[in-house]
Amino acid sequence: MTSETKDAVGEAGGGRDWAALASAYKIQIAITLILAGLYLLFLTGNPEVFLRYDIYRSFMSTMPFFGIMALAMTFVVTLGEMDLSFPSVMGFSTWVFGTVYVSSESFLLALAACLLVGVIAGLGNGILVAKVGIPSIVATIGTMFLWRGMVNIAAEGKGIALVSLRESPLHEVFVGRLFGDALPMQFVWMVVIALALGLLYRRHRFGSHVLFVGDNAASAAMMGIKVDRIKIACFMLVGGFAALAGVFLTSEVTYFWPSQGDGMLLTTLAAVFIGGTSVFGGKGTMYGTFVGVLIIGSLEAGIVAIGLTGFYVQFLYGLLITASVTVYALLLRRQG
Amino acid sequence: MTATDSLLSLRRVSKGFGKIKVLHDIDLDIGPNEIVALVGDNGAGKSTLIKVITGVHSPSSGEVWFKGARRQEHSVKRSREIGIETVYQERALADQQALWRNMFAGRELTNRFGFIDVAQQKAETERLLRRHMGFTSKAITVDSEVRGLSGGEKQGVAIGRALYFDADLIILDEPTMGLSLKETSKVLDFVKDIRRQGKSAIFIDHNIFHVYDVSDRFVILDRGRIAGDFRKQDLSQDELVHKMLLLATTGSLEGEGSSAEGPGA
Repeated sequence: MTSETKDAVGEAGGGRDWAALASAYKIQIAITLILAGLYLLFLTGNPEVFLRYDIYRSFMSTMPFFGIMALAMTFVVTLGEMDLSFPSVMGFSTWVFGTVYVSSESFLLALAACLLVGVIAGLGNGILVAKVGIPSIVATIGTMFLWRGMVNIAAEGKGIALVSLRESPLHEVFVGRLFGDALPMQFVWMVVIALALGLLYRRHRFGSHVLFVGDNAASAAMMGIKVDRIKIACFMLVGGFAALAGVFLTSEVTYFWPSQGDGMLLTTLAAVFIGGTSVFGGKGTMYGTFVGVLIIGSLEAGIVAIGLTGFYVQFLYGLLITASVTVYALLLRRQG
Repeated sequence: MTATDSLLSLRRVSKGFGKIKVLHDIDLDIGPNEIVALVGDNGAGKSTLIKVITGVHSPSSGEVWFKGARRQEHSVKRSREIGIETVYQERALADQQALWRNMFAGRELTNRFGFIDVAQQKAETERLLRRHMGFTSKAITVDSEVRGLSGGEKQGVAIGRALYFDADLIILDEPTMGLSLKETSKVLDFVKDIRRQGKSAIFIDHNIFHVYDVSDRFVILDRGRIAGDFRKQDLSQDELVHKMLLLATTGSLEGEGSSAEGPGA
């Protein structure tokens, strides 16, 4: 008797909690449903491909290259800012990686130099935006051409063969395979980075300050938050992770080419926006970006696999992005 | 009142921007547990004076004393550390963030690695909401976003936050602007709370009727100078309105043989 009553009460209480949870996490729920719907489509469209493990392994090996940058970009977008230069920063810092590796034969030294260059490039963006006061979309158009131009000048259009990277033990750490050939290390890293950045975003003082600055920079300054420093730090974060993503990519293909990073700009930003991070700033989730990466990263192969030609890829990208941001706008409007 | 028993003392404080001088030799004392209304027309220098007090601007010349010590460093952060809090109209809170984040904005309760103690922040926010601010509605929780609150409730949260952090001097910059009558009376209740808790406040408002009800003293600012300083017992509401009108039309408080300058001057 007593246990029955208790259960009933528990259920009623649970019901209310569920409603509150659903309301608090509606964006996360929406994007999860989009992912589930997409995979349902893939599975029914071509069960032969999507019931086998191969395609997932392939996804996991390629997603991290832009996924890591999308995770970091979530911070900049949350600020209400934009960075268009990270693919070029990836290109230049990876050139540094390749060049230092060729001359020193040291993966570690090349990695350190590469990350340093990425962070410095981010610092440059941050200073232009926060200190000089140039709107970020304008400033990073400038640095986008600047860094890509520097790659072109430095590499003179030539790639760098880096086959000997495979002999380095760090190569295994970055892009090796776990469980035989099943799990690419870069995907493990992407999950680790997502968790770490998620903690930073939701549970750390830094993330809280990013949310405040993105929400209302004047109010944040009144509350004693160092707005400029937070902005600069976010751009440095993106620069550093663009460089890191470049190391993953170069290690996987053991080759550097001067156009590295080109074509990643819009897919990366699409992942952030599909993930529900507001372009107006002050709102976003790392979980959303992560799922956004899973969606964007599997879209192209999925579309081809279900029998549509590659011509449909861009159309479906567009459809998905437009539909998801429309859903978020409606969800948030009702809430406001 | 001497500089030692005042909470805040301004001595011949001037402030200019380039060639334009906004404040001229301001002498002002705020006592402990005193609500002082700062009134004056637009452009009288009210907000500049407030920004000097809160550390947004450094004075061009003159001295600022707080709790018996002369201020050397002028910054918002330092002001909050020594106990001066500002409640700015509209800019006080971040709309899309939950109350538990807003309450501790810029002063998060963290461990030594900078990670926020969310449970603690939520518990403290809950306590503040229910006990000190009298929010009883179930619709407002610590997880509520600020934009769901009414204007009066927002001001209440901002004032509650200042009291929570033990501010000794709370500066209220037009806290009733754009609020309905009911909301305004809520805000005025929060201001009375400040006195009940033994703290001081500087209250800026255009509406003399709001100001008169809750204030102990009135400081009238005109074109960067203090034109008058009156205690409530020396001045009726009608007289205050009359003086403000006189100042606006003739540019002077004199001309009617009034009690002239108050005790602070």
